[in-house]
Amino acid sequence: MLKALVIDAGKCTGCKQCEMACSLENEGEFNVAKSRIRVFDFHTEARFVPYTCTQCAEAWCQQACPVNAITTDSMGVKIVHDNLCVGCKVCTIACPFGTVNYNASTGKVIKCDLCGGKPACSDACPTGAITFQDAEQGGFDKMKVWAAQSANAATHEGPNTPKASQASGSGH
Amino acid sequence: MKYAILGAGPAGVTAAETLRNVDPEASITLVGGEPEPPYSRMALPYFIYGKIDEGGTHLRQDPLHYNRENIRYLTGRCGGIDAQAKRLYMSGGEALEYDKLLIATGANPIMPPIPGAHLEGVETCWTLDDARNILKLAEKGSPVVLVGAGFIGSIILEALYLRGCDITVVELAPRMVARMMDETAGGMLGRWCEAKGVRVLTRTRVASIKQGAEGGPRLSVGLSSGINIPADLVVMAVGVRSNTGFLVGSGVKVNTGIAVDDYLQTTAPDIYAAGDCCEGVDLSTGKPDMLAIQPVAVEHGRIAALNMAGHKHRHRGSLNMNVLDTIGLISSSFGLWQGAQVGETGKLVDEGGYKYMKLEFEGDKLVGAQCVGMTDHVGMLRGLIQTGFRMGEWKDKLLAAPERLREAYISVAQGAPNAGPMAPHVNTPRAGLGHGGASGH
Repeated sequence: MLKALVIDAGKCTGCKQCEMACSLENEGEFNVAKSRIRVFDFHTEARFVPYTCTQCAEAWCQQACPVNAITTDSMGVKIVHDNLCVGCKVCTIACPFGTVNYNASTGKVIKCDLCGGKPACSDACPTGAITFQDAEQGGFDKMKVWAAQSANAATHEGPNTPKASQASGSGH
Repeated sequence: MKYAILGAGPAGVTAAETLRNVDPEASITLVGGEPEPPYSRMALPYFIYGKIDEGGTHLRQDPLHYNRENIRYLTGRCGGIDAQAKRLYMSGGEALEYDKLLIATGANPIMPPIPGAHLEGVETCWTLDDARNILKLAEKGSPVVLVGAGFIGSIILEALYLRGCDITVVELAPRMVARMMDETAGGMLGRWCEAKGVRVLTRTRVASIKQGAEGGPRLSVGLSSGINIPADLVVMAVGVRSNTGFLVGSGVKVNTGIAVDDYLQTTAPDIYAAGDCCEGVDLSTGKPDMLAIQPVAVEHGRIAALNMAGHKHRHRGSLNMNVLDTIGLISSSFGLWQGAQVGETGKLVDEGGYKYMKLEFEGDKLVGAQCVGMTDHVGMLRGLIQTGFRMGEWKDKLLAAPERLREAYISVAQGAPNAGPMAPHVNTPRAGLGHGGASGH
C-alpha cells in the first residue's frame, strides 16, 4: 500500500515543528531554511499552510535533470542522489510547484523524499495537520476528490481552503 | 519499425528511451556526433572545476543502459540525408536505413571572425573535449579572457573562477546576460563579479588575438578600447547556431533552426526534429523560436518520439526559462521576462543586498519573471506562468509586494476555482499513452 503525506492546513498553528524536524532529520541541524517542508504564513489572515513535494507523477524535476540525479523509487518517491547532483538548479525552476530548492551549503538541491517512509514532519506535528496515511486513491480519482473538496470549501468555508492530499506514486 | 536518431544529447536520448517504451520491438539507432558516451553539456562547467569527474557528465550513469534498452549507439557525423530513399549517410560513407528519423543534432558554437581566433589557446567551451583542453590551460592564477557574458559565458565564468583563474570578461552588449535578464539584474551580476575580482568589460569587442610576448602568457588579446590583455587561455562563448549543415538538399526546411509543425515533424516526410536544432513553439508567444534549454530538449524529444511511433501528441509550446549561478549569486528568468507589450510590472529591488524580483503581468495573468538572489520556491513562477492561472485579487497584491509569491501561489494554484482536472492544462509530455494529449495538473 502506498502512503502519502496528507495535509490539513486548517489544523496548522504555524508552530514550524515540522520544519525543525525535517531540517534535523535531513541536514542534521535546526535550520528551517533547509527544511523540505515549509509552512507558508498568510500574514493578514493568521493562516498557515504546510507545503511540500507531492511526488507528482509527471516528475518535472526528474525530466529536467541533465545527469539523471533524480530517480523514482518503488514507492513513487522522487529522490535526489547527492553523489550525482551537480547543483545546476534546473530542477528548481522546472518544478511548477516550487518544491525543489537549492542548498547553497552543499551545492546540491533538496526535496522531500518522505524520509524513506517515515516522515519526520508528520511525527513532529502536534496537531495532526500533517499525517502520513495510506494513499487510498491514485491519480485522477484523487484529483477529482480534491477538486470537489476545494469547490466545497469555496462554497461553504470561504475561498481557497487548501486541503490537498499529497500522495506518493500518484498524480498531483 | 526502424528508428534512427541523429544526436545523443538530452533530446536524442529521451527520444530513444521513449520509443523503446512505446515500441518494445522496434530497431532504434542513436547516433552521437562525438566519440563519447551520451553526455550533458550543461554538466561541463562542473567537470571543469572538479565537482564531478567525466562520468558525472553522462546523461545516464549506467554504461550498459543503452544495451539494456536495446538501443544501438553509434558515434559519427551524418554527411547527408536522402529523404526519398529514407537513408542517411555517415561521413565515413556507410548508409543507415530508417522508417522514421529524428534530427536532434543540437547546436554548434559560433567562432567570431576575429584575427587570431585560430591560435592555440583559443577555445570554445562546448564539447567534453573542449572542457579537457580548458582543464589543461586554466590553471590557478592563469590569466584568462572570456569572450561573451551571455548565459553560457556566465556559467563558464563560474567554473573558471572556481579554478582560481584571473578572469577578464569581454562582452559586446551593455550588460551581462542581456538576453536573459534586464539592466537591473545584469548590472547586479556585473557588480557582483567585479566585487569577486573579475574584470567585466561591457560594450567591448575583441579586435584581435596575437601571440604573446616571449616569456609571458601565450596570447595577447586586443580590445576595441585599444588595450591589450595577456592571456594563457581565451574562451569564446559568443553564441551558438543550430547544427543543420548536413541537411542542405534534403528537403528539410531550415530557417534559423529546423522548421517543425505542432507535432515536431519537419517539411520532409517521416523526419522529425527536436531540441536545440529546431524551432519549436514558444509557449509565451505562440511563435516558433529556438529555446535552447535542457527542459525543452527533453520535452521535444519525448513528444517527437511519441509522434514518430504514431501516438499523435501535439506540442503546445515550451516555456523559456533559465537559472544561472554566477559565483554564488543565483538568478533566474522565465517566460516574457522583458514584459508584455501591454502589461504591468511588480518590482522588488535591493541593490546593496543583491536581491531582485520582477513580475510581469498581462491582464491578471503572470507572463514573465526575473529573480536575483532568491532561490526558494522559484519553480512556482514557472507553474503560474505555464498554467496561465488568473491571479485575480492577487495581481495587485503581487504588484505591490512580489515577495508574496508563495501566498499567491497557494491561494491561486491550489484554491478552488482553478484546481483539479478542470484547471488550465499544463503541457507536459507524458510517459503513459492514450490520454490524447496534455495531462492534468
